[in-house]
Amino acid sequence: MTAISAPDIGLVLLVLGVAAWTTAVRDAFAAVIGFVAYGLLLALLWVRLGAIDVALTEAAIGSGLTGMLLLRAGARAKATQPTAAPPGKLLRLAAAVLCATVAAGLASLVLYPPGPAPSLAPAAAASLPATGLGNPVTAVLLAFRAFDTFLEKVVLLLALIGVWSLAADGHWGGAPTLPWPADRGGALTFLAKILPPVGIVVGLYVFWTGADHPGGAFQGGAILSAMWLLAMLGGVASVPPVEDAALRLALVAGAALFLATGLAGFWVADAFLAYPEGYAKALIIGIEAAMTVSVAATLALLVAGPPARGVRR
Amino acid sequence: MSLVVALFTLITVTAGAFFFLAGTVGLLRFPDTLTRLHALTKADNLGLGLVVLGLLPWADGLFSALKLVCIWLLVQFAGATAAQLIAQLVRRGRSHA
Amino acid sequence: MNSFMIWVAAFVLAMVALGLIRILRGPAAADRVMAVQLLGTGGIAALLLLAIATHVPALLDVAMTLALLAAFASAALVVAASPAEPDDAKGAGE
Repeated sequence: MTAISAPDIGLVLLVLGVAAWTTAVRDAFAAVIGFVAYGLLLALLWVRLGAIDVALTEAAIGSGLTGMLLLRAGARAKATQPTAAPPGKLLRLAAAVLCATVAAGLASLVLYPPGPAPSLAPAAAASLPATGLGNPVTAVLLAFRAFDTFLEKVVLLLALIGVWSLAADGHWGGAPTLPWPADRGGALTFLAKILPPVGIVVGLYVFWTGADHPGGAFQGGAILSAMWLLAMLGGVASVPPVEDAALRLALVAGAALFLATGLAGFWVADAFLAYPEGYAKALIIGIEAAMTVSVAATLALLVAGPPARGVRR
Repeated sequence: MSLVVALFTLITVTAGAFFFLAGTVGLLRFPDTLTRLHALTKADNLGLGLVVLGLLPWADGLFSALKLVCIWLLVQFAGATAAQLIAQLVRRGRSHA
Repeated sequence: MNSFMIWVAAFVLAMVALGLIRILRGPAAADRVMAVQLLGTGGIAALLLLAIATHVPALLDVAMTLALLAAFASAALVVAASPAEPDDAKGAGE
């Protein structure tokens, strides 16, 4: 898995080719498809690098969800600024130089790493049995660096509020609009009826297996959100208004449970987000369950966009 | 594992790879979007089915074998429906042109 | 057997690369949406072969995720590429 070989070089060249094409193509829709293709190929690269959890996340987020988000954002930008001037030559040159500098910096770090490479992996592996988990990635995310994960969930919520703030005043609290299927009962509706039940089972399985094998709350939540979006696209599920109480509860459940567990840690185990001896795995799975629901709801609503109908006061 | 199983896997996986080749040749040579769509979804799906068939004896455990079959069924279903959706897109594009 | 499977995986990816060159060039949006299908099926085949050859069963989960998300991506991209229908704003729960 770590030795470079001819197929790996081929894969890298393919990724570079797709990236170059995505940057060079003129049409926005084609560029988004190029980006989705790039994401799917990156998932394969992550597999070759041995990072299966990252590959799962890349496959889940970098394909349909990011593609749909980009297309909807692009359509919205075009609708609100139809006569915006394209960026000038100087701006594009500056962007190219900055990107090249960042890429060169990263490459030099990888090719000429500092003396003994700084790594906490041995310490993490040594402390793994205390958490009761078998997957070191989950242990890092939810035990050793739990605070970072908690803040990431809060950031997701803030991003969602930012997207909602784009709604017109009269629509605040209303429901986002998704394109209504042109042929109700056709192929898309058929797909939306059959695939989500399978997807829900797979999503819950990926969340559950994250304790001991590659997987986890974020990947499971991303799969669930894709299935919900598919159901909405096919007209099988209705798009809920964002002021719906149950929806808002689902959105904050992950961060709220995380915070509650963290604060309880002061009494039960002497520190914020410390887990009491022996209960670590149960608490971690509980937090992950709430996080899966929250991530699923948040990602789906991020892609659905700002409210655009209903609740005109 | 026994020689028969190894031979079976060699034959089916090679046949699967051949169908991937056929699908790509169709993609490159067919003149029309709809025919290219047909080459892509039908030939590649059949190639994947043969690959899954060849890999089944080597799966470690019943659960992995079940996963392989589930993946194949999922891709069959999703591929067929996606082909319908893309074909409808082509038809709508033509009627609007 | 393992190296045979890895080489078949590499071959499938090479076929995907060739197909991508043609598909991404295709003039219509429908041509390009097929790229997701191609990468999905080819990527899943390569992942399954790698899962068995390198004895990493977690790759089967990645393949399953890829199958679901490729289907969703195809549907979402087709919807985005469709010309707008007149009754676009109508929806359930209005």
